[in-house]
Amino acid sequence: MGSLRILVGCKRVIDYAVRIRVKPDKKGVITDGIKHSLNPFDEIAVEEAVRLKEKKLAADICAVSIGPQACQETLRTALAMGADRAIHVEVDDKTYQTLQPIHVSKILAKLAADEKIDLVIVGKQAIDDDSNSTAQMTAAFLGWPQATNASKVEPDGAGSVTVTREVDGGLETIKCKTPAVVSADLRLNEPRYATLPNIMKAKKKAIDKKKPSDLGVDVSPRIEILSVEEPPKRESGAKVESVDDLLTKLKGLGRI
Amino acid sequence: MAYQFSLNEFRPHMREWDQNEWLPIDKLRKSAELGFGGLYTPTEKGGTGLSRLDTSIVIEALAQGCVSTTALLSIHNMVVAMIAHFGNDDQMHAFIPDLVSMKKIGAYCLTEPNAGSDAANLETRAQKVKDYYILNGTKSFISGGGESHVFLVMCRTGGVGAKGISCLMVEKGSEGLSFGHKESKMGWNSQPTRQVILEDCKVPARNLLGSEGIGFNIAMSGINGGRVNIASCSLGGAQWALEETLRYTCDRKQFGQPIADFQNTRFELATMASELLSCRLAVRMAAKAMDDKQSGSDTNDSHIPVSSLCAMSKFLATDRCHNIIDRCLQLFGGYGYLKDYPIQQLLRDTRVHRILEGTNEIMKVIIAKDLIDKHIESHISRNFTKTTSNNGLPNDKSSEHLKEHTSAAYSS
Repeated sequence: MGSLRILVGCKRVIDYAVRIRVKPDKKGVITDGIKHSLNPFDEIAVEEAVRLKEKKLAADICAVSIGPQACQETLRTALAMGADRAIHVEVDDKTYQTLQPIHVSKILAKLAADEKIDLVIVGKQAIDDDSNSTAQMTAAFLGWPQATNASKVEPDGAGSVTVTREVDGGLETIKCKTPAVVSADLRLNEPRYATLPNIMKAKKKAIDKKKPSDLGVDVSPRIEILSVEEPPKRESGAKVESVDDLLTKLKGLGRI
Repeated sequence: MAYQFSLNEFRPHMREWDQNEWLPIDKLRKSAELGFGGLYTPTEKGGTGLSRLDTSIVIEALAQGCVSTTALLSIHNMVVAMIAHFGNDDQMHAFIPDLVSMKKIGAYCLTEPNAGSDAANLETRAQKVKDYYILNGTKSFISGGGESHVFLVMCRTGGVGAKGISCLMVEKGSEGLSFGHKESKMGWNSQPTRQVILEDCKVPARNLLGSEGIGFNIAMSGINGGRVNIASCSLGGAQWALEETLRYTCDRKQFGQPIADFQNTRFELATMASELLSCRLAVRMAAKAMDDKQSGSDTNDSHIPVSSLCAMSKFLATDRCHNIIDRCLQLFGGYGYLKDYPIQQLLRDTRVHRILEGTNEIMKVIIAKDLIDKHIESHISRNFTKTTSNNGLPNDKSSEHLKEHTSAAYSS
């Protein structure tokens, strides 16, 4: 009872420090040759899973990534941090362009059922699409409780987990029965540096490969990307001399 | 990972370490927890077991946070690797664990006031008396001097020249071991540099590394890797300098446009980026050649001796990268001169790379020796052989012809 089996979602995204550029055909952003890394919120999810294992509350951590071949590098990062095994659900580049949380959550739900998972932990959102939907949809498909935007995760080792959530009004603490889905927020933890020896060991670990069809999930596109554009350039502001001027200006612009 | 570590742990503090001349031992130990204390020491001996190529990549990444601290880390790594390679089981047991965890820091002591480039003529004497060696002499410019714990001291046990030199491990706190004042330097300020003074210093005979007379070999085997490491530090410094300069020139406007729009700026940046690439490739090639030699594979198709490759890459990278950083400083204009910006520190820190671990002039001596004195024809090019095989002869036959021809020319 005390030893949870954890599934962690690991999305490969463009590195947070990279300057994003739109492709000339305006159908997406440039990803060729650009530095990618593990989605920071997913990294926090992996870290939490590893900490739970260190506290002996988790028995097995399985990292999963959905996408093209390069996702294997993302899985190696998770393995180096302490995940026990990894599953790569392979999707070709073209399909990847239109892969949405609805597809991902179906895949995660199927894997959670197959792998007899007790706790699914994912990042609250990916830094490329900011969808903030995968955890929620996965829980719905599984019919499991969901605890999103978690800043604290405390399994009691007896079939429940207490989660502190960061919400607009402050902090909300809920208790739900496992199996459950949790999504990690920024302040849940600070991920460790993987040690060099672990990075090297991770290179040799086997990664299980699957296809969406193996899991009975249809990943055909449900959306069509019409265009991708840069946000409008910031225009220069205007200076005013006094508060009265400010109020007049704002009224004139219809802002108040 | 090394890059992230360096960005988070080194870069925010490098200015303060430089100004306060502070050795960040806590950060070094933190890095050791991640495996940075024994990078290319084999795993069977307690190290991280990276290849020289991976080590070079790691060091280049770390140097982008603080060149000076990374350089000390690389020297420490060189010392650990030397002990792991030449030490017997007892010595490894006694020293390696603490060194790999950086509980103890290693120092390399070859240079003396009268023996710099002329290292083989060092004067520090080691007299064997029963179970001890009594050491007398002075070592200068020792990185980590005063703070380090394990000193690899090259000393004379036998006659003149290289063959009379042995390598002894001297521990901090030994009777007769003292240090000079802390040198006041242009850069590398996060590492203390001191003279190591040996006055009837008693060292247990079991601290002899290898055997008597191979000390110079030990020193030179270590320094080949050390040269690739120092070159990698220079690469890291230049890489960061280039990135900062890109950011600055795109930001800074003069005459109504970013200075990155001016052709001079663009050409300078392009040239520097290209030069950096070529240096990096030279360093990686030397690192790979060291790995190949270690594993016994013969993919070194340039047939340039490993020691020459290391010398070439050290000379090229330290020289070119310092020059790149200098030109980056120029592009920063007045701001480049201010300590508020890291460029001047990168310039000061990398300047010494052209001098230590063998001056670049000595690098040229080594390269010339292999090139000219040892007549290694394939230095010149294998392509030379291929282009002349147009007379229908199968390749191997024509290359025989050429070899006969050229060796005849040389011997006449």
